[in-house]
Amino acid sequence: MAEIPEHLLKRAQAARDAALAKKSGGGAEEEAAPKEGGSSVATAERPATAEATRPAAPPPSVGATGHTQRLLTVVKAGSIQDVKAVPTDKVHVWPHLLLVEFCAVLAMTAFLLVFSTFVNAPLLGAANYNLTPNPSKAPWYFLGLQELLKMFHPMVAGVAIPGVGLAGLAVAGYIDKNPSNKPEDRKFAIALFTFFIMFWAVLVIIGSFFRGEGFNYILPWRQGVHEIFDL
Amino acid sequence: MAKRLADKPRVSPGQRLSQRWDKMQGGQVWNSIFRPGSIFRKGYTDSPRNRSYVVMNSVLYHLHPVKVKRHAVKVSYTLCLGGLSFFLFIILTVTGIFLMFFYRPTDVQAWNDIKSLHTSVTFGLLVRNMHRWGAHLMVISVFLHMARVFYHGAYKAPREFNWVIGVILLTLTLLLSFTGYLLPWDQLALWAVTVGTNMIGYSPVVGSQVRFVLLGGVEIGPETLLRWYVLHVLMFPFVIVIFMAVHFWRVRKDGGISGPL
Repeated sequence: MAEIPEHLLKRAQAARDAALAKKSGGGAEEEAAPKEGGSSVATAERPATAEATRPAAPPPSVGATGHTQRLLTVVKAGSIQDVKAVPTDKVHVWPHLLLVEFCAVLAMTAFLLVFSTFVNAPLLGAANYNLTPNPSKAPWYFLGLQELLKMFHPMVAGVAIPGVGLAGLAVAGYIDKNPSNKPEDRKFAIALFTFFIMFWAVLVIIGSFFRGEGFNYILPWRQGVHEIFDL
Repeated sequence: MAKRLADKPRVSPGQRLSQRWDKMQGGQVWNSIFRPGSIFRKGYTDSPRNRSYVVMNSVLYHLHPVKVKRHAVKVSYTLCLGGLSFFLFIILTVTGIFLMFFYRPTDVQAWNDIKSLHTSVTFGLLVRNMHRWGAHLMVISVFLHMARVFYHGAYKAPREFNWVIGVILLTLTLLLSFTGYLLPWDQLALWAVTVGTNMIGYSPVVGSQVRFVLLGGVEIGPETLLRWYVLHVLMFPFVIVIFMAVHFWRVRKDGGISGPL
């Protein structure tokens, strides 16, 4: 049961006092009830008449069958109705979202088709166990790891760093307790994540384009990318 | 005879065609195929009710709710990256099925099959190109999708578990790409996978065992090719579809896409 708001209690008390004062003063006519904001403030004190007890006083709203309807209390919306869902601005998925998705899908298909028409996937000579290409490189998305392996002990570069990185990424939602999604409120998280992706991006770029024969550093514009990098 | 013909109102072929069309659209067969809300149904009008039915009564579209927040349809918010990753997966499935008709995962046949795909299969080279570039694009789009979600703070409660699913999906995408990398069985494939799987061997405790199971031996060989083929065309797609289903379902259960900022 919700608490009766303070201002309603005060108003009821004031009306009760007024009725009492009038009774002691002997005034018989009904006082014009203070009406604020229309009917919602017709209170329990509405039939406050000169008579001492309320049932004895014939209320003005006696029906044909003698039944009485009386306003017992006023409950303001919001005091007991706790509306959780706030109205949000929504649009129909069809056509607003499906049209956007359709266009995106069409554009992607067109791009892939055109690109695939003009650029062929690589196919080198048949696999040969006895002929190790120099340099030997992993697929591009693992070249960051390969780069790390060149720098650190395998346990650090191949296990610790990627393991901690991936695990840290997965639990980000449980570590970051900041509820805001506004960029200005989460500068540290954004800085950390930007550092994380830049770290891998730079390593992948170095591994892809700046490592040549024997996985030694080279400059791609001197040596040409074709001999050191393939997709 | 001539009079009777003249009495009949003349029906042009165009009118007759539209009458037929009307009759077919009103018929039982048509109505059983196109559920209420389908734009192909007779008397379709653009009403709020029909807009809702379009989504509710379509097996494909009902991945979506009937309505979404207005900011969610802004291309500048999502950049369509999640949807495009899913679409690339579908393209890769379709082109991959095509490639499977012409490919045998054995060390003597694999490379030759790819070679003849280039030279003697209609659209073989084009479809292989689409599969290859689509795969690289999917790795990129999944990665960018992750970055987008992070910068919007959408990994936070109540979406933190869906973010974990997303990280698993990223890993599975990389695994799918990596297992496919070996299949052409050319020098690029063999040695890239050699380098890649050597990294697995560094994992503590079980590293060398995992590597042994994955390769089907201590070195890459014909067994590896068969294993990775099965992983690539069957196991990882099966697993990733399950995780994708959970991922999409949780997007809606967690209150639709995040934001606005």
